[in-house]
Amino acid sequence: MKRLAREGLVLVIAVIPFLTNGIVQAPAASAQGGGDIGRGRALYDGRCGGCHSLDVNRTGPRHRGVIGRRVASTDGYDYSPALRRVGGVWTPDRLDAWLQGPQRMAPGSRMYLTVPDTNQRRDIIAYLATTDGSER
Amino acid sequence: MTTEPAHLGRRGLFIAAGSLAGAGLFASAGAALAQPGDGDVGILNGALAIEHEGIAAYRLAAASGLLSAGTLKVATVFMGHHQQHRDALARVVREAGGTLVEARSDSDYVEALALATLTSEADVVALATRLEQGATNAYTGQVAALSDKGLVHLFTQLSADEAVHWATLNNAAGTEIPAQAFLFG
Repeated sequence: MKRLAREGLVLVIAVIPFLTNGIVQAPAASAQGGGDIGRGRALYDGRCGGCHSLDVNRTGPRHRGVIGRRVASTDGYDYSPALRRVGGVWTPDRLDAWLQGPQRMAPGSRMYLTVPDTNQRRDIIAYLATTDGSER
Repeated sequence: MTTEPAHLGRRGLFIAAGSLAGAGLFASAGAALAQPGDGDVGILNGALAIEHEGIAAYRLAAASGLLSAGTLKVATVFMGHHQQHRDALARVVREAGGTLVEARSDSDYVEALALATLTSEADVVALATRLEQGATNAYTGQVAALSDKGLVHLFTQLSADEAVHWATLNNAAGTEIPAQAFLFG
């Protein structure tokens, strides 16, 4: 019985790295550069497109030109008080932190969706960086 | 779709829609949920906004005259699912004492979804496919933020419904299913 328990424990320990693969977040890497714009566009459409568009406020605010824009400053969108309090501008690193945990950055804000994968975040941010701020 | 994809077509859509309608899986969603927390109510209201948008998209598309009879039937079934999702979500928000997010005006949805630019059935199907993909990802991407296990179950049901819609529309358009697993995040 003891042997069975010991072997079971070994098995559990051996399996843990596989079970946690993709769940444990990688250390925060700089979101600056290196992302794949094409993949980022597909990811943006698929992962963000339920709530966001580039040019129109929907469930979430529009995103064209978001990098360099003041946080919570898009015309015509009713931001939560929590996000209004954040201040500053959206930088790639800040967006990276936001996508890892919007409720950590602005508890009580309206976004809860996270993108745990570092590479996916980098691709999405690379794509958003290609969108200029002019109205379409 | 003005022309039917050879591998599925209208008959395939009819079969898919009939199977969904007969399954009867949707009416009881959310029936035994515990009291969600404040964060959960926020997540539920975000989901409710997505369902309002989906209902409007299918309703306005159905009235556009762009859809053939077969596609219209499927669109109506999917709209019915979204209405049932809306009702389940609204019930939980109401029971938790939250304030329900309201649907926006039709003109808002026409602008938000660029509905005036749609000129064919294929355009409508492409938009619906994108919206269903976005909705599926919105549900799967927020499950980890829910504190109530009953809501986790509800969101799993909702995301599965949206994924079925996405897959059905994808097949109708003849789009290949991606080879890479973990299609939604």
